[in-house]
Amino acid sequence: MDEALRTKPSSRKPKYSRFTQQELPAWKPILTPKWFITSFVTIAILFTPAGLLCLWASEHVVEIVDRYDDDCLPDSYATNPETFIQSKNTNKTCVRTLKIPRKMTAPIFIYYQLDNFYQNHRRYVKSRSEKQLRDPDDEDETDDCKPIENLNGNEGGPIVPCGLVAWSLFNDTYKFFKGNKVIDIDKKNIAWESDKKYKFGSEVYPKNFQKEGLIGGGQLDESKPLSEQENLIVWMKTAALPTFRKLYGRINTDLEANETITIVIQNNYNTYEFGGEKKVALSTANWIGGKNDFFGISFLAIGGVCFFVAITFILLYVFKPRPPGDPTYLSWNRNQPAQ
Amino acid sequence: MSAGARSKKKLHFSKIYSFNCGRRRFNNDDDHSQIGGPGFSRVVYCNENGVSEVGNQNYADNYVRSTKYTPLTFIPKSLFEQFRRVANFFFLVTAILSFTDLAPYTAVSAVLPLIVVISASMVKEGIEDWQRKQQDHEVNNRKVKVHRGGGVFEPREWKKLRVGDVVKVEKDEFFPADLLLLSSCYEDAVCYVETMNLDGETNLKLKQSLDVTSTINEDSSFSNFKAGVKCEDPNASLYTFVGTMEFQGQQYALSPQQLLLRDSKLRNTDYIYGAVIFTGQDTKVIQNSTEAPSKRSGIERRMDSIIYFMFFIMFLMSFLGSIYFGIVTKKDLNGDQQKRWYLAPDRSDVYFDPNRAPVAALYHFLTGLLLYSYLIPISLYVSIEIVKVLQTIFINNDIHMYYEEADKPAHARTSNLTEELGQIDTILSDKTGTLTCNSMEFIKCSIAGTAYGRGVTEVERAMAKRMGSPLIVNGRDHYFDSDSSLSVKGYNFEDERITNGYWIHEQRSDVIQKFFRLLAICHTAIPDVDEETGKVTYEAESPDEAAFVIAARELGFEFYKRTQTTISFIELDPVSKKRVERTYELLNVLEFNSARKRMSVIVRDEDGKLLLLCKGADSVMFERLAKNGIEFEENTKKHVNQYADAGLRTLILAYRELTEDEYKAFNEKFTEAKNSVSADRDDLIDQATEGIEKDLILLGATAVEDKLQQGVPECIDKLAQAGIKIWVLTGDKMETAINIGFSCSLLREGMKQIIIILESPDIIAAEKAGDENVISKISKESVKKQILAGKAKVSASTSDPFALIIDGKSLAYALHDDIKNTFLELAVRCASVICCRSSPKQKALVTRLVKEGTRKTTLAIGDGANDVGMLQEADIGVGISGVEGMQAVMSSDIAIAQFRFLERLLLVHGHWCYRRISSMICYFFYKNIVFGTTIFLYEAYTSFSAQPAYNDWYMSLYNVFFTSLPAIALGVFDQDVSARFCLKFPLLYQEGVQNTLFRWRRIFGWMLNGVSSSIIIFFLCIRALNPESYRKNGKTAGMEAVGATMYTCVVWVVNCQMALAVSYFTLLQHIFIWGGIILWYIFLLGYGALPASISTTAYRVFVETLAPAPSFWFVTMFVSIAALVPYFSYKSVQMRFFPPYHGMIQWIRYEGNCDDPDYVNMVRQRSIRTTTVGFTARSIARDNNLYHLNLERHAPK
Repeated sequence: MDEALRTKPSSRKPKYSRFTQQELPAWKPILTPKWFITSFVTIAILFTPAGLLCLWASEHVVEIVDRYDDDCLPDSYATNPETFIQSKNTNKTCVRTLKIPRKMTAPIFIYYQLDNFYQNHRRYVKSRSEKQLRDPDDEDETDDCKPIENLNGNEGGPIVPCGLVAWSLFNDTYKFFKGNKVIDIDKKNIAWESDKKYKFGSEVYPKNFQKEGLIGGGQLDESKPLSEQENLIVWMKTAALPTFRKLYGRINTDLEANETITIVIQNNYNTYEFGGEKKVALSTANWIGGKNDFFGISFLAIGGVCFFVAITFILLYVFKPRPPGDPTYLSWNRNQPAQ
Repeated sequence: MSAGARSKKKLHFSKIYSFNCGRRRFNNDDDHSQIGGPGFSRVVYCNENGVSEVGNQNYADNYVRSTKYTPLTFIPKSLFEQFRRVANFFFLVTAILSFTDLAPYTAVSAVLPLIVVISASMVKEGIEDWQRKQQDHEVNNRKVKVHRGGGVFEPREWKKLRVGDVVKVEKDEFFPADLLLLSSCYEDAVCYVETMNLDGETNLKLKQSLDVTSTINEDSSFSNFKAGVKCEDPNASLYTFVGTMEFQGQQYALSPQQLLLRDSKLRNTDYIYGAVIFTGQDTKVIQNSTEAPSKRSGIERRMDSIIYFMFFIMFLMSFLGSIYFGIVTKKDLNGDQQKRWYLAPDRSDVYFDPNRAPVAALYHFLTGLLLYSYLIPISLYVSIEIVKVLQTIFINNDIHMYYEEADKPAHARTSNLTEELGQIDTILSDKTGTLTCNSMEFIKCSIAGTAYGRGVTEVERAMAKRMGSPLIVNGRDHYFDSDSSLSVKGYNFEDERITNGYWIHEQRSDVIQKFFRLLAICHTAIPDVDEETGKVTYEAESPDEAAFVIAARELGFEFYKRTQTTISFIELDPVSKKRVERTYELLNVLEFNSARKRMSVIVRDEDGKLLLLCKGADSVMFERLAKNGIEFEENTKKHVNQYADAGLRTLILAYRELTEDEYKAFNEKFTEAKNSVSADRDDLIDQATEGIEKDLILLGATAVEDKLQQGVPECIDKLAQAGIKIWVLTGDKMETAINIGFSCSLLREGMKQIIIILESPDIIAAEKAGDENVISKISKESVKKQILAGKAKVSASTSDPFALIIDGKSLAYALHDDIKNTFLELAVRCASVICCRSSPKQKALVTRLVKEGTRKTTLAIGDGANDVGMLQEADIGVGISGVEGMQAVMSSDIAIAQFRFLERLLLVHGHWCYRRISSMICYFFYKNIVFGTTIFLYEAYTSFSAQPAYNDWYMSLYNVFFTSLPAIALGVFDQDVSARFCLKFPLLYQEGVQNTLFRWRRIFGWMLNGVSSSIIIFFLCIRALNPESYRKNGKTAGMEAVGATMYTCVVWVVNCQMALAVSYFTLLQHIFIWGGIILWYIFLLGYGALPASISTTAYRVFVETLAPAPSFWFVTMFVSIAALVPYFSYKSVQMRFFPPYHGMIQWIRYEGNCDDPDYVNMVRQRSIRTTTVGFTARSIARDNNLYHLNLERHAPK
């Protein structure tokens, strides 16, 4: 066999395969006007109803937003709101009345909205300890939590939950009244399931939280494990932008049109120092989410643009036809100096 | 070893040290006096095999390593190579910085892509090196017979060879190391060596051992052989060797004549014995091997500029960001007054400390750089490498570039220049062996004033075609019959008056006899008689010479034996009509060189008559004829001119008889000249030969045809249509060059020729006077004048094409610094340029001039050692792996077997590679700009605190997993038009030459597209998801949801953009593009399913928060479409209203018009630029009017 191999002249001729000869079967699309117009018109046709659908859905959402930070500041403190908000003795209760424009069907979501609050600041985002939140055995894992790690330097023991995020917990409270009747606010299940189950331990209890000089935002109930402190969980899901809304609670009864509701606000949270805004929002939601015309408008706009481009193209095509391949546009003809 | 042996060695040792005593012996030779001194310290003890005490053992072993790395050095060395690239080094620095607190992401996520990318490059390096190692292994394990002792030789691997070993090399084997020739199968201890691997010359070189060792030519006689050699240290000079051999107590001087170099081959000799002098790395050939100059393509250089530009952008972004960051950070704390109290500015570490805001800003600047490093495509280099390797595989495996006859496929030796193949502006081509086959065919001769030979040359055929008339040669009609296949290589002579012994009936049969005898005797070829068939083949110095000997053989003068002193041949005796053997005594060979342009032999025939036989170029021969020898001069001259017109190479044959006295006088002079060692040795030899090569009697002239290679005119025509300029640089004489120019359509009737030569009377007069300064001054003036005149001519006429023909002498002056630019200006305005009689150095200089003067890409193509300089100088060197050895191939970038493959190599592979690489690079920057800009825009919303919205791992896998594969697929598979159309519309090639696909406009266009996509993605995403709830359950989108959605959009957009950019969708493209998107979802699922401690913000983000929300899918959909609308519209408008050339061809294909010749022709001629060279141009020029009409009809109004 060896002999046979040796005597056979070994040819170096490349073997034929569609791969090496670069002849793989392929689809070679080219952008013909037909293609182009069809696809643009298709987009327009699909997007217009989609946009209308979104607008219609958004239209069905009822949303009331009320900014209260300025109005809840007593006139006497208008020039130094910091003193007002930092003092423990000032009365921070504030009453707002809102009129329901259209019927709101339960569930009605209550949000607080902060403006100019950089929850996405790197120092802020990083200042938390996932381990500590999850596992009671890891309560000393506070390295990432600077500067809110331990009470009194290192002596007082770790703060649970540590870090800037937890420390700056939003602590305004809202109470809703219809006339004199309290509207119940359901604060359960406002956080994501996965957070409650896996990120915030059911055996981790707040400890040393907001003690001594390092008081930032809200307090926590030390008798409840973190997994049940949903307002904290919601707060700690950092927002993407400096203007954000977070879920405060839910009203499980319908509100009729033209009803007036009263909100009693404890205006505790300090947004005055950094020039932020505070708003409270009531909103229903459907499949599209909250009130968001942007979806509908985007769809319509894109559909419209596509339609417009398609029409322009058709007009160009009809009124200014040209043979495919006019040489004057070729770069080497264009670049050539006129002779 | 016994004590006796040892003492004997000591004795030797002392003797060798006493070499100084022998100094006087060499005192007339400076070189030998240096032996033992610095640089000449090598001491070799021959045939001392296996004895460890002697110094031989300190020398390198015979293992030759061509690998770049060893297993030990691989890691550090290749890592170093990788990080020498600026971009890679930058990523190394970022990876290191990512371990500090500066990093906005985790260190692992930053290091992983770098590791992937670097290891991919290293694996590639490793595989390439492994292949080299395999080759090394093969070479090192070849066997050679080595003396074991006691006169017994046994086979041993090359690598085990030691300095001092005595080896026996047999016929057609390679020498395993540099050997000292001791003896051979011949009594006079000569041997023939082929040095093709060293210098590319195919002729055999004669080597001869010292007389003293020549008798030791049997295995058994080596049992007692002992010798010591002192010689120079290893060096790279192939043609020098200085040493002495101490043998039997005597010193003998050694010269290169005794040295057999590794990698050359033993020929025509049954065996030789040699002692190993230099091994392995010390051998001259290895010392000589230098790394080929590394060439980088223009695209890569521009890519580097883009990278620097991106660096600049990145620094700018970082800089602006840190200024803003510094300002807001400073504002956070004003005394005790905190602004953003939730950031606890009073308790900040240095990175965020408002009290030290400038420092914080500085640190932030670094952080910003780390974050925006995603603007630089980390995987670009490795992707390009992968793509180019695959591209070279395509080139190597192209069946259409495989040459069946020689069993040679194309071979791309470097993979880093493939795209440059698509941008060639000028081709500089050698002639012999490149355009022509370099297999000479004896086709015609003129003997005693009568022209013989009825063959038709290609040039004649081409000319006849041009005239449209049937050929009439020597009274016989020849139609355009195709060449009948040749029975004998190198011989294409047909004339019934001479063949088959009929010559004896011719009137001047005596001259004919002398003529062919001369052909059979006057040469340096070596016969090789096949013992079975008795057929004789020849090893000749040049194909011309082989053609002569073969012609003589075919006509009955069969040369069959050569010894050192005799030449034997068989001839037909005109009287007895029998074949008789004749043996002539060979007295002297006066060799050929380019200055003499002739060669002669002096022989004594069987009657004892002394004859000088001479053949040479017409320019030197006619002036050497005797008064009584010019009988046929007029006719011969006429015939020679006709032959030259027919593109043939001609030689004049003449002889003279010598008297004994004349010869004796000459021989003394000649021997003395040859033995002299002074610097004017060559002059002395010239003088001696000059004195005897005169008063010759003319016999006639020969004409051999250097046939054009198959398909050359067609190929040149295609290349010319593609707008590529072709320059021919040849060593041939002007007439031949011009004729070849005609036959391959580089020149044609109606083309105005500008010929620059130095033959004006005043120059000739100056030359006669011999004053160098005057000659050069006058010559230069003349060349300058001619160039300026040529320029004026070219400027005066815009319609006619010009051809520039310049000879070597004028070229030397034209290349002077002060004229060369004028020369270049003239040359580039001519349609064809032919430089004849140019030396290898001039070829390289011309190449450099074109390359640097025009700043365009040049390609040099050649086959011989004389083209090496040109190949290395050009942007791309293409070697023809033809007859003239491997030297050109070894220094080329790409080797092909035939000139005609250049067409496919450039028009198809070049075009595709250029297109693929440039599109791929643009796309790479596009996709990274899309991604990087979203990061930057998001920064603006985090008060530039360098917090990305994306999870660390999204970012780190972006380049490696989700977006790179489609780009690589684009680089490997994309075809704008098929190979058939590439060849059908050669003008398409101009896209590369004009660099339309990689000019700054297109690059910035892509960048702009990236920025616009990114802006659309970012703002639509953040606005659609914020601040309202985006789901039915009322929850709002946190950073993780916004980040993941935005990232999804980016992945969609860049992959769909790829789908829009691809014009050739293979299955793989579909898999990679849509697979990339699917992979992202799979990743999101898988990563999100990992424990929260690992997946952090991505934990269940898809399953729980995004997938159930219709708005997530809506956003993805409209963002993707919105981001692509601008590009899609632009592309459509461009395609319809100002399509690029490839677009037009796509139209033709699409509309099915490719079979409509009129239509195709219209598109093909869609250039205002006219083709001036090639047969298409020829036919166009013929019906010029028609063409102009055509142009007018289709020209835009």
